[in-house]
Amino acid sequence: MFPKTFIDFPEWNVGNPFLDFERMRRDMNRLAERFGKGLPSFSTAGVFPLTNVTEDGNNYYIRAELPGMKTEDIEISATNSNLSISGQRIIPREGDNVRYHRREREAGKFSRMISLPGSIDTDKVEASFMDGILTIVLPKSEPMKPKQIEVK
Amino acid sequence: MTDMNSKEIQAREKKDLSAAPEQTKPGLLFTPAVDIFENDQELTVVADLPGVKPQNLEIDLRKNTLSIIGDVETPEGPGETDHIREFRTGRFFRQFTLSEVIDQSKIEASLKNGVLRLKLPKLEKAVPRKIMVQAG
Repeated sequence: MFPKTFIDFPEWNVGNPFLDFERMRRDMNRLAERFGKGLPSFSTAGVFPLTNVTEDGNNYYIRAELPGMKTEDIEISATNSNLSISGQRIIPREGDNVRYHRREREAGKFSRMISLPGSIDTDKVEASFMDGILTIVLPKSEPMKPKQIEVK
Repeated sequence: MTDMNSKEIQAREKKDLSAAPEQTKPGLLFTPAVDIFENDQELTVVADLPGVKPQNLEIDLRKNTLSIIGDVETPEGPGETDHIREFRTGRFFRQFTLSEVIDQSKIEASLKNGVLRLKLPKLEKAVPRKIMVQAG
Protein backbone atom coordinates (compact mmCIF):
# COMPACT_ATOMS: atom_id res chain seq x y z
CA MET A 1 0.00 0.00 0.00
CA PHE A 2 2.66 2.41 1.03
CA PRO A 3 4.88 2.00 -2.04
CA LYS A 4 1.88 2.42 -4.28
CA THR A 5 0.89 5.71 -2.64
CA PHE A 6 4.48 6.78 -2.74
CA ILE A 7 4.64 6.22 -6.45
CA ASP A 8 1.20 7.55 -7.22
CA PHE A 9 1.36 10.59 -5.00
CA PRO A 10 3.64 12.86 -7.00
CA GLU A 11 2.01 11.97 -10.23
CA TRP A 12 -1.48 12.60 -8.98
CA ASN A 13 -0.76 15.86 -7.19
CA VAL A 14 1.75 17.64 -9.41
CA GLY A 15 0.65 15.88 -12.52
CA ASN A 16 2.75 16.33 -15.56
CA PRO A 17 4.40 19.74 -15.09
CA PHE A 18 4.50 20.06 -18.85
CA LEU A 19 0.78 19.48 -19.20
CA ASP A 20 -0.04 23.15 -18.63
CA PHE A 21 2.54 24.19 -21.17
CA GLU A 22 1.17 21.69 -23.58
CA ARG A 23 -2.30 23.10 -23.13
CA MET A 24 -1.02 26.64 -23.62
CA ARG A 25 0.83 25.62 -26.74
CA ARG A 26 -2.32 24.09 -28.15
CA ASP A 27 -4.33 27.24 -27.39
CA MET A 28 -1.69 29.37 -29.08
CA ASN A 29 -1.77 27.16 -32.13
CA ARG A 30 -5.50 27.36 -32.29
CA LEU A 31 -5.34 31.15 -32.13
CA ALA A 32 -2.65 31.34 -34.75
CA GLU A 33 -4.64 29.05 -36.99
CA ARG A 34 -7.70 31.21 -36.61
CA PHE A 35 -6.00 34.48 -37.48
CA GLY A 36 -3.74 32.98 -40.09
CA LYS A 37 -6.67 31.73 -42.10
CA GLY A 38 -8.33 35.11 -41.93
CA LEU A 39 -11.53 33.76 -40.54
CA PRO A 40 -14.07 36.38 -39.55
CA SER A 41 -12.97 38.55 -36.72
CA PHE A 42 -14.39 41.91 -35.76
CA SER A 43 -11.11 43.78 -35.75
CA THR A 44 -10.78 46.42 -38.44
CA ALA A 45 -7.88 47.59 -40.51
CA GLY A 46 -8.54 51.13 -39.27
CA VAL A 47 -8.93 52.49 -42.76
CA PHE A 48 -12.03 54.28 -44.03
CA PRO A 49 -14.42 52.99 -45.28
CA LEU A 50 -15.17 49.98 -43.12
CA THR A 51 -15.47 47.07 -45.50
CA ASN A 52 -16.93 43.59 -45.53
CA VAL A 53 -15.55 40.99 -47.91
CA THR A 54 -17.55 37.82 -48.52
CA GLU A 55 -17.59 35.09 -51.12
CA ASP A 56 -19.84 32.45 -52.54
CA GLY A 57 -19.17 29.85 -55.21
CA ASN A 58 -18.87 32.26 -58.12
CA ASN A 59 -18.12 35.71 -56.75
CA TYR A 60 -16.39 37.77 -54.16
CA TYR A 61 -18.44 40.60 -52.70
CA ILE A 62 -17.13 43.81 -51.20
CA ARG A 63 -19.49 46.09 -49.31
CA ALA A 64 -18.82 49.43 -47.72
CA GLU A 65 -21.00 52.00 -46.01
CA LEU A 66 -20.64 55.39 -47.70
CA PRO A 67 -23.78 57.33 -46.86
CA GLY A 68 -24.42 60.52 -48.76
CA MET A 69 -21.80 59.95 -51.39
CA LYS A 70 -22.32 60.44 -55.07
CA THR A 71 -21.31 57.71 -57.50
CA GLU A 72 -19.06 60.11 -59.40
CA ASP A 73 -17.05 60.74 -56.23
CA ILE A 74 -16.17 57.06 -55.81
CA GLU A 75 -13.32 55.57 -57.79
CA ILE A 76 -12.79 51.84 -58.00
CA SER A 77 -10.06 49.97 -59.79
CA ALA A 78 -9.34 46.27 -59.81
CA THR A 79 -6.32 44.17 -60.66
CA ASN A 80 -5.96 40.42 -60.64
CA SER A 81 -6.43 40.04 -56.90
CA ASN A 82 -6.51 43.57 -55.54
CA LEU A 83 -9.12 46.24 -55.46
CA SER A 84 -8.73 49.87 -54.61
CA ILE A 85 -11.52 52.19 -53.51
CA SER A 86 -10.88 55.88 -53.22
CA GLY A 87 -12.90 59.04 -53.19
CA GLN A 88 -13.94 62.08 -51.34
CA ARG A 89 -16.92 62.54 -49.13
CA ILE A 90 -18.14 66.09 -49.31
CA ILE A 91 -20.48 67.61 -46.77
CA PRO A 92 -21.69 70.92 -48.18
CA ARG A 93 -21.72 74.03 -46.06
CA GLU A 94 -25.10 74.87 -44.66
CA GLY A 95 -25.18 78.61 -45.01
CA ASP A 96 -23.30 81.20 -43.05
CA ASN A 97 -25.57 81.97 -40.17
CA VAL A 98 -26.06 78.47 -38.79
CA ARG A 99 -25.09 77.37 -35.33
CA TYR A 100 -24.02 73.76 -34.92
CA HIS A 101 -25.21 71.72 -31.96
CA ARG A 102 -23.72 68.41 -33.08
CA ARG A 103 -21.22 67.64 -35.74
CA GLU A 104 -20.50 63.94 -35.95
CA ARG A 105 -20.60 63.20 -39.68
CA GLU A 106 -17.21 63.18 -41.26
CA ALA A 107 -16.05 64.52 -44.56
CA GLY A 108 -12.77 64.09 -46.34
CA LYS A 109 -10.71 62.00 -48.67
CA PHE A 110 -10.15 58.29 -48.44
CA SER A 111 -8.35 55.55 -50.22
CA ARG A 112 -8.23 51.90 -49.43
CA MET A 113 -6.64 48.82 -50.93
CA ILE A 114 -8.20 45.41 -50.41
CA SER A 115 -6.46 42.20 -51.34
CA LEU A 116 -8.78 39.41 -52.28
CA PRO A 117 -8.28 35.81 -51.26
CA GLY A 118 -8.09 34.71 -54.90
CA SER A 119 -7.89 36.00 -58.44
CA ILE A 120 -10.83 37.61 -60.20
CA ASP A 121 -12.08 38.29 -63.69
CA THR A 122 -11.40 42.04 -63.82
CA ASP A 123 -13.52 42.56 -66.95
CA LYS A 124 -16.68 41.44 -65.21
CA VAL A 125 -16.43 43.43 -61.97
CA GLU A 126 -19.63 45.30 -61.25
CA ALA A 127 -20.28 47.99 -58.70
CA SER A 128 -23.57 49.41 -57.51
CA PHE A 129 -24.47 52.08 -55.02
CA MET A 130 -27.79 51.89 -53.20
CA ASP A 131 -29.03 53.64 -50.07
CA GLY A 132 -25.51 54.64 -49.14
CA ILE A 133 -24.03 51.15 -49.43
CA LEU A 134 -21.47 50.38 -52.08
CA THR A 135 -21.58 46.81 -53.35
CA ILE A 136 -18.90 45.44 -55.63
CA VAL A 137 -19.38 42.02 -57.21
CA LEU A 138 -16.14 40.44 -58.37
CA PRO A 139 -16.55 37.21 -60.36
CA LYS A 140 -13.86 34.66 -59.56
CA SER A 141 -11.54 33.70 -62.37
CA GLU A 142 -12.25 30.26 -63.83
CA PRO A 143 -9.54 28.28 -61.98
CA MET A 144 -10.75 29.70 -58.64
CA LYS A 145 -14.30 28.44 -59.05
CA PRO A 146 -15.20 25.22 -57.31
CA LYS A 147 -15.69 22.26 -59.66
CA GLN A 148 -18.26 19.61 -59.11
CA ILE A 149 -16.60 16.25 -59.42
CA GLU A 150 -18.74 13.32 -60.23
CA VAL A 151 -17.97 10.04 -58.56
CA LYS A 152 -18.03 7.24 -61.11
CA MET B 1 -13.71 74.70 -41.78
CA THR B 2 -13.32 75.30 -45.48
CA ASP B 3 -10.79 72.50 -45.92
CA MET B 4 -12.95 70.09 -43.93
CA ASN B 5 -13.72 68.17 -47.12
CA SER B 6 -10.13 67.59 -48.11
CA LYS B 7 -8.66 65.99 -45.01
CA GLU B 8 -8.28 62.23 -44.70
CA ILE B 9 -11.29 60.50 -43.19
CA GLN B 10 -10.48 58.42 -40.14
CA ALA B 11 -12.19 55.07 -39.91
CA ARG B 12 -14.54 54.82 -37.00
CA GLU B 13 -16.31 51.77 -35.84
CA LYS B 14 -20.04 51.88 -35.93
CA LYS B 15 -21.37 52.90 -32.56
CA ASP B 16 -23.08 49.99 -30.97
CA LEU B 17 -25.94 50.95 -28.72
CA SER B 18 -25.89 48.19 -26.16
CA ALA B 19 -28.00 49.70 -23.40
CA ALA B 20 -31.03 50.34 -25.52
CA PRO B 21 -34.40 51.22 -24.13
CA GLU B 22 -37.36 49.09 -25.09
CA GLN B 23 -35.86 46.82 -27.68
CA THR B 24 -38.79 45.16 -29.36
CA LYS B 25 -36.93 43.34 -32.09
CA PRO B 26 -33.94 41.09 -31.65
CA GLY B 27 -30.83 42.22 -33.44
CA LEU B 28 -28.11 44.81 -33.30
CA LEU B 29 -28.71 48.46 -32.59
CA PHE B 30 -26.50 51.29 -33.81
CA THR B 31 -26.35 55.00 -33.16
CA PRO B 32 -26.22 56.98 -36.38
CA ALA B 33 -23.83 59.91 -36.72
CA VAL B 34 -25.76 63.18 -36.89
CA ASP B 35 -25.21 66.83 -37.62
CA ILE B 36 -27.62 69.21 -35.94
CA PHE B 37 -27.65 72.88 -36.76
CA GLU B 38 -30.08 75.74 -36.65
CA ASN B 39 -30.64 79.11 -38.14
CA ASP B 40 -33.29 81.66 -37.28
CA GLN B 41 -36.08 79.82 -39.10
CA GLU B 42 -35.44 76.14 -38.52
CA LEU B 43 -33.48 73.37 -36.91
CA THR B 44 -32.02 70.71 -39.21
CA VAL B 45 -30.99 67.18 -38.31
CA VAL B 46 -28.86 65.27 -40.81
CA ALA B 47 -28.29 61.59 -40.00
CA ASP B 48 -26.17 58.92 -41.70
CA LEU B 49 -28.34 55.84 -42.15
CA PRO B 50 -26.53 53.66 -44.68
CA GLY B 51 -28.65 50.78 -45.97
CA VAL B 52 -31.99 52.15 -44.79
CA LYS B 53 -34.71 52.20 -47.43
CA PRO B 54 -37.46 54.84 -47.14
CA GLN B 55 -40.08 52.18 -46.35
CA ASN B 56 -37.98 50.91 -43.44
CA LEU B 57 -37.47 54.30 -41.86
CA GLU B 58 -39.74 55.38 -39.08
CA ILE B 59 -39.77 58.86 -37.68
CA ASP B 60 -41.89 59.06 -34.63
CA LEU B 61 -42.90 62.22 -32.85
CA ARG B 62 -44.59 61.77 -29.54
CA LYS B 63 -44.99 64.63 -27.10
CA ASN B 64 -41.63 66.31 -27.49
CA THR B 65 -39.60 63.22 -28.29
CA LEU B 66 -38.45 62.65 -31.82
CA SER B 67 -37.29 59.11 -32.57
CA ILE B 68 -35.46 57.98 -35.67
CA ILE B 69 -35.67 54.25 -36.25
CA GLY B 70 -34.21 52.74 -39.40
CA ASP B 71 -34.00 49.04 -40.18
CA VAL B 72 -31.32 47.68 -42.46
CA GLU B 73 -31.96 44.49 -44.38
CA THR B 74 -29.01 42.10 -44.34
CA PRO B 75 -27.18 42.83 -47.57
CA GLU B 76 -25.43 39.46 -47.79
CA GLY B 77 -26.91 36.66 -49.85
CA PRO B 78 -27.63 33.28 -48.25
CA GLY B 79 -24.61 31.41 -49.63
CA GLU B 80 -21.95 33.95 -48.73
CA THR B 81 -19.17 33.34 -46.25
CA ASP B 82 -17.10 36.05 -44.56
CA HIS B 83 -13.52 36.94 -45.27
CA ILE B 84 -13.28 40.35 -43.68
CA ARG B 85 -16.03 41.72 -41.49
CA GLU B 86 -15.55 45.24 -40.28
CA PHE B 87 -19.12 46.38 -39.92
CA ARG B 88 -22.36 44.72 -39.08
CA THR B 89 -25.86 45.80 -39.89
CA GLY B 90 -28.98 46.08 -37.82
CA ARG B 91 -31.22 48.84 -36.66
CA PHE B 92 -30.34 52.50 -36.32
CA PHE B 93 -31.89 54.26 -33.39
CA ARG B 94 -31.62 57.75 -32.04
CA GLN B 95 -33.88 59.91 -29.96
CA PHE B 96 -34.02 63.65 -29.39
CA THR B 97 -36.11 65.87 -27.20
CA LEU B 98 -37.46 68.85 -29.08
CA SER B 99 -37.89 72.20 -27.51
CA GLU B 100 -41.29 73.85 -27.63
CA VAL B 101 -40.26 76.33 -30.28
CA ILE B 102 -40.55 73.66 -33.00
CA ASP B 103 -43.68 73.67 -35.12
CA GLN B 104 -44.38 69.96 -34.98
CA SER B 105 -46.95 70.05 -37.78
CA LYS B 106 -44.45 71.30 -40.34
CA ILE B 107 -41.62 68.81 -39.93
CA GLU B 108 -40.22 67.59 -43.24
CA ALA B 109 -38.08 64.54 -43.84
CA SER B 110 -36.18 63.28 -46.87
CA LEU B 111 -33.94 60.28 -47.29
CA LYS B 112 -31.40 60.10 -50.06
CA ASN B 113 -28.42 57.79 -50.50
CA GLY B 114 -28.62 56.71 -46.90
CA VAL B 115 -28.72 60.23 -45.47
CA LEU B 116 -31.80 61.51 -43.67
CA ARG B 117 -32.50 65.19 -43.62
CA LEU B 118 -35.07 66.41 -41.15
CA LYS B 119 -36.27 69.98 -41.22
CA LEU B 120 -37.84 71.22 -38.04
CA PRO B 121 -39.27 74.71 -38.57
CA LYS B 122 -39.56 77.00 -35.60
CA LEU B 123 -42.91 78.45 -34.58
CA GLU B 124 -43.64 81.88 -35.94
CA LYS B 125 -43.40 83.51 -32.55
CA ALA B 126 -40.00 81.97 -31.92
CA VAL B 127 -38.42 83.51 -35.00
CA PRO B 128 -36.49 86.52 -33.78
CA ARG B 129 -37.50 89.83 -35.24
CA LYS B 130 -35.40 92.91 -35.45
CA ILE B 131 -37.17 95.93 -34.05
CA MET B 132 -36.28 99.19 -35.59
CA VAL B 133 -35.88 102.02 -33.15
CA GLN B 134 -37.36 105.21 -34.40
CA ALA B 135 -35.42 108.31 -33.67
CA GLY B 136 -37.27 111.25 -32.26
